[in-house]
Amino acid sequence: MDIRKIGTAGTMESSDIMITIMKNKGTGTEIQLTSSVEKQYGRKIREVIRETLAELGVENALVTAVDKGALDCTIRARVKTAAYRACESQEFKWGAKEG
Amino acid sequence: MKQLRRTMLYVPGNNPGMIRDAYIYGSDSIMFDLEDSVSVDQKDSARFLVYEALHTIDYGNKEMVVRINAPDTKTGIDDLEAMVRTRKVVIRLPKTETAEDVLECEKQIERIERENGIPAGSTRMMAAIESARGVLNAEKIAFSSKRLTGIALGAEDFVTDLKTNRSPEGIELLFARSMILLAARAAGIDAIDTVYSDVNNEEGLRKETQIIKQLGFDGKSVINPRQIKPVCEIYTPTEKEIKKSLAVMEAIEEAHHKGSGVIALNGKMIDKPIVERAQHVLDLARAVGAIDKEESDK
Amino acid sequence: MSRLELNGIPHLEEIGSIDRLFDAEKVEKDYRSLAERQASDNKIVPSLEEAVRLSGLKDGMTISFHHHFRNGDYIVNMVLDKLAEMGFHDLTLAASSLTTVHEPLIRHIKNGVIRRIETSGLRGPLAEEVSRGLMEVPVVFRSHGGRAYAIESGKLKIDVAFLGAPFCDPYGNANGYSPDSGEGISCGSMGYAVPDARYADKVVILTDHIVPYPNMPFAIPESDVDYVVKVDQIGDPEGIMSGATRFTKNPKELLIAETAANVIEASGRFEDGFSMQMGSGGASLATARFLREKMLNRKITAGFALGGITGSVVDLYSEGLVKKILDVQSFDLKAAQSLKDNRFHQQISASYYASPGNEGTAVNQLDVVVLSALEIDVNFNVNVLTGSDGVIRGAVGGHQDTAFGASVSIIVAPLIRGRIPCVVEKVNTVVTPGKTVDVLVTDQGVAVNPIRRDLIERLRKAGLPLCTVEELKDRAERLAGKPDPVPYLDKAVGIVTYRDGSVIDVIRQVRDEE
Repeated sequence: MDIRKIGTAGTMESSDIMITIMKNKGTGTEIQLTSSVEKQYGRKIREVIRETLAELGVENALVTAVDKGALDCTIRARVKTAAYRACESQEFKWGAKEG
Repeated sequence: MKQLRRTMLYVPGNNPGMIRDAYIYGSDSIMFDLEDSVSVDQKDSARFLVYEALHTIDYGNKEMVVRINAPDTKTGIDDLEAMVRTRKVVIRLPKTETAEDVLECEKQIERIERENGIPAGSTRMMAAIESARGVLNAEKIAFSSKRLTGIALGAEDFVTDLKTNRSPEGIELLFARSMILLAARAAGIDAIDTVYSDVNNEEGLRKETQIIKQLGFDGKSVINPRQIKPVCEIYTPTEKEIKKSLAVMEAIEEAHHKGSGVIALNGKMIDKPIVERAQHVLDLARAVGAIDKEESDK
Repeated sequence: MSRLELNGIPHLEEIGSIDRLFDAEKVEKDYRSLAERQASDNKIVPSLEEAVRLSGLKDGMTISFHHHFRNGDYIVNMVLDKLAEMGFHDLTLAASSLTTVHEPLIRHIKNGVIRRIETSGLRGPLAEEVSRGLMEVPVVFRSHGGRAYAIESGKLKIDVAFLGAPFCDPYGNANGYSPDSGEGISCGSMGYAVPDARYADKVVILTDHIVPYPNMPFAIPESDVDYVVKVDQIGDPEGIMSGATRFTKNPKELLIAETAANVIEASGRFEDGFSMQMGSGGASLATARFLREKMLNRKITAGFALGGITGSVVDLYSEGLVKKILDVQSFDLKAAQSLKDNRFHQQISASYYASPGNEGTAVNQLDVVVLSALEIDVNFNVNVLTGSDGVIRGAVGGHQDTAFGASVSIIVAPLIRGRIPCVVEKVNTVVTPGKTVDVLVTDQGVAVNPIRRDLIERLRKAGLPLCTVEELKDRAERLAGKPDPVPYLDKAVGIVTYRDGSVIDVIRQVRDEE
């Protein structure tokens, strides 16, 4: 998927993460993270964001994330929402995961 | 054991904090809402949140339900595409008016099951009736699909359709409740009552729950964890009911031993409905710890 | 009449305590009235500076403070500012606790005014700086009972105690609430100040209300006081006395509280005349409310309530559900008012409350205590001092003392706070040893310390949702993911003592990621 505009998802509420995705001027994906749990989970949060973008085939993204203690599933959800919005796509791909 | 549906905790789908905590409150089911509680511009957000949560969080043995948007819209179809694939949820159809509404939705679900190798028929459904037309078609709706586990009343939209409002005594809902209940029983599925919106009024909640329990409803939707305990208390069988039900099960046990085909208790015949009723009472009793598992397992 | 002569009296040597005759010249009566005397001969000194000078304070000495003014305290900063101005150095600050308002101390530490700190807790920027290695000598953390014990046994020697008091008379009788009208600050009990007053070499009372002699009842008797200084304001009323503490509406806290109340009911300690202590966190307070229902249903009254006292305990007392209140700290206005009005609500000193040196120590008479925790590990060790990021952000308080003393100690905590698991493999800092912690109540299950087989049986029979502490830890990890370990450096920034003065853990410096 290609980034066409700025896509945002999530809120600044506790347990949530606000994700903004836009095209990165340079190459590669860059993540700017502000988190209330940076020391304990900063690395993990960045990892989840990268993995999710890779899964969607989104490259060269500049991601701004403001985290208020979101669980991984919330991060994935917000990243996916912001990504589809940024790419102006509604062709949602649902992984055929095992139930 | 039959799935208990005394309380269904209603959780707005775009709220990560509530989604992750929903299961600690001990409701029988949890309903994630993608419809009315989610604003139009956040439908995609909510869908992703609920989808990811269902894949990650262990909700134990609670029945998970998702209220989708109208399945004749792209939003509704997208909801189905995501939720059916989780293989973990009952699809709740909002504003069901006719049997066709159910069948149309079922067609979509069938397609998604087929396209994804999901066993046909494994995705269950629930229909919410929220209008005059829906109430009048309750019987047809209840019989429309084998996937239906229950039908529910959505009072807010319903009273608007009737051009009246809700009252504490609820007389404006009497016919709708009765119709839904009868239809559910005739079709052999559950009947779930509507939410009680005044979270600070426990007395009012209890009164209404007493009434609908007496009518025969299997349970109630709740919008705040605080409402779970009062509703469950009212659905807790009395000691007398428990004793009677244990006696019924003992009589069955005895009859089996004797090889007798006819079972009687205190001179009365015990047939299938009575046995089912006794089993249900014991299920409710066990759920609140009123009896030990060993006692009721006989 | 014969003249009185010493050698005329038999057995004087044996009596031993008598060695001279009365001399009328030496007796000089004061003809002034009480009002006149009070106005001139008293312990009031014109300024804090004067009091410091008179006290004989020198560089390197130990000064002490209490924390009954909580986040409204002006005393510590006021005194340290003055001591800095007067050029003092290398002082040891032995406060009963320090809070976020004590941030200005950072400057005094950097300037060498303060070299050492002893306290129950540290919070805010001061705590963060200490965690980052601000001080050369590690901070000594003591529980309330441990501090009292250290003071009475001479291990912690206080040279000058600077004790703020809302009301004091010219001779030094100091108290935490007004003797008559309702005006002025009311902090209620001054229990943590009592050991300081009793054992410090010199005691200075700082007050903003001088009242006529005698200021009765008093927390600190005049006999313990050397100087009285009148200041404009001892603290900020908003920060000292809040209105009655609000009941939480948070469904998770309510769930935990209700479960904790069920645990108490099933514990075998819920009999008429039982004793209890509730912490001041949201879940602990709410536990009292659920317990109240059970007390009414089973017609059980509590013999006494102990601790930091809140309005909710006073409500129980007013209803006749609690017979007596032993108050070492009044958390809100309702508690302070009750201390003043109610005959069986009394203030007690920190020593009476929790010193391991006393045999009848109040904590040892507890049936049940409900406490909170930052972290608890699979061995039931509890951390109330450092966060999961290793930074100091709490206080020992009476945790160690009550966990030890109570027949059943209950920790209430959410399984996860935000994204931080509360139940972990190993706590960052051991404050209260697992051996003294009996039950953990979370929103997702109850775990009983395996050594309490009696409790496991009881709770299981009562149908409580029991699981092992390992199961809780696993669930927390699965939900939140395993946190990255804290990058510590070698330097010790804090020594955590157990209530008997022994070292139970060391807090190390946290590496600054900047």
